[in-house]
Amino acid sequence: MLELKNIHKAFNRGTINEKKALNGVTITLEDGDFVTIIGGNGAGKSTTLNAVAGVWPVDEGAVIINGQNVTGLSEHRRAKFIGRVFQDPMTGTAATMEIQENLALAARRGQSRGLSWGISRKEREKYHEMLKMLDLGLEDRMTTKVGLLSGGQRQALTLLMATLKKPEILLLDEHTAALDPKTAAKVLELSDKIIAEEHLTAMMVTHNMADAIKHGNRLIMMNDGRIIYDVKGEEKKNLTVDDLLRKFEEVSGSKLNNDRMLLAKD
Amino acid sequence: MEILLSKLNTFGNALPGDITQGLIWGVLAIGVYLTYKILDFADLTVDGSLGLGGVTAVVLITNGVPVPVAMIIAFLAGCCAGLVTALLNTMLGIPGILAGILTQLALYSVYLDINGKANAPISVDKFPLVISSRYVTAGNEVMDIIRTVGTALIFVVLIVAALYWFFGTEYGMAIRATGCNSAMSKAEGINTKRTTIITLSLSNGLVGLSGALLAQYQGFADVNMGRGAIVIGLAAVIIGMVLGEVILRKHFNFVGKLAFTALGAIIYFVVLRIVMLIGLSTDNTKLFSAVIVALFLAVPYLQKNAKTSFRKAGKRSLLGESTEPQPVLSAASGSDDKEDK
Repeated sequence: MLELKNIHKAFNRGTINEKKALNGVTITLEDGDFVTIIGGNGAGKSTTLNAVAGVWPVDEGAVIINGQNVTGLSEHRRAKFIGRVFQDPMTGTAATMEIQENLALAARRGQSRGLSWGISRKEREKYHEMLKMLDLGLEDRMTTKVGLLSGGQRQALTLLMATLKKPEILLLDEHTAALDPKTAAKVLELSDKIIAEEHLTAMMVTHNMADAIKHGNRLIMMNDGRIIYDVKGEEKKNLTVDDLLRKFEEVSGSKLNNDRMLLAKD
Repeated sequence: MEILLSKLNTFGNALPGDITQGLIWGVLAIGVYLTYKILDFADLTVDGSLGLGGVTAVVLITNGVPVPVAMIIAFLAGCCAGLVTALLNTMLGIPGILAGILTQLALYSVYLDINGKANAPISVDKFPLVISSRYVTAGNEVMDIIRTVGTALIFVVLIVAALYWFFGTEYGMAIRATGCNSAMSKAEGINTKRTTIITLSLSNGLVGLSGALLAQYQGFADVNMGRGAIVIGLAAVIIGMVLGEVILRKHFNFVGKLAFTALGAIIYFVVLRIVMLIGLSTDNTKLFSAVIVALFLAVPYLQKNAKTSFRKAGKRSLLGESTEPQPVLSAASGSDDKEDK
């Protein structure tokens, strides 16, 4: 379970470039909630995910994971609760290291790392099986450097890494935005499958409204660093893209300003 | 002809010494490899920690401390130097290069505090040094020469073996990940500040050890012995990487990279000897190292540019216009086209 309580965050505080990115974000995710997040440019979608991940300290408010207040924990100390996949396929993996080494790194997320061998034979067999399930042929290239993989392969691998050690929260930050439509669909399908199988609690930022409606059991819309619309269950299932656009104008009093989102209406 | 023979003779006589020196500097170069290649941190502490290691060992040995103990302390002194740079960088937010320069400058004073003066001699006649240039020059027993080169080689082999083990462990992998992608490392729960601190310490420890070996080898430590050491270390790393890529290609693994770094140092000193025999004066050795490093760093850039540059793109665009109905230009570029083919 994840609770965000009245989160505030401003960048460049006290300067002329001050930008209030989050203005009191409050939300509670139940176990197994899969929330999709949409909103205009600078609405605070990715910033919300970064607040959860602890990329920087928040100005105000609390982040509570499974009842434990993690607001004061730095990014690497919070990592044991959180699996992350980023927008840029380069961000989630170590390019100069082997596929199996990347997996071994992820398998130890949140554990103290000592002087025992970095990857055991048993692990290798396990990774071989898991990569097979991805159906990308990666199981036969376990000693290949990740830098040689395509963007889609890297995102699939990052997804596997993020969920290798079951996270309390899975954060997907526009993780298919940099991929071609076909690969994006495949990675999304894989995300759905893993989240369902492992019964994960997840947040997914997307600029594709159809995807936001199709995936997950709950949808939130953000504007100006606030959650302006929160819908789940049957009501969410029955949403259409036009509903979302209308809802946005109704609640925010302006037209949606996210070009990418408008382009990806279908 | 006679001159050539005599020069070849000089070269042959000096070769074991050059190889030994290369191996000793190879220890330093492996230290530089850890920061420059693995951690992606240009660490200039090296220039200071080499002299620090040298003077620490000399002062301890001349005061009756057993040689192995003195060398371990020289290693630890180097670690401390690296630690200072790492703390300046991670805890006080000073950019890496500047942090290294600050430590390097401070170590100049530390050296004088330890020794009281710039030069610290140590004689192999009075102390049981592990290595000395005395036994590697022409006229010595072959066994003595082999023993000297072998001693330096054993140090390099042991260090490569130890580092191979360390960087295969969970923590070693965390360090490699830090250097490769720090955002990902944090997301995987790695304390990247700590990995930086440990790597810089380990690297400068090796440089300190290299200084301890070098001081024994040459029979003295000197406050200026580390001046330009980083450039020699970089030269060794870069020469090693280029050679390794060419020779081992796909099989250029981690052990290979460390071994080729040491080999790069040997090649550096052998080539230096050759250009000195040809006529480079000892005053110009630093110029030589700077040119070597600049050259090796520039080659990949120029190679890339040779494939793609605005100049070439401009030329190509003119060739492309030959298909357009522009009589004047197409006539000119059309002939170019033929020449190229």
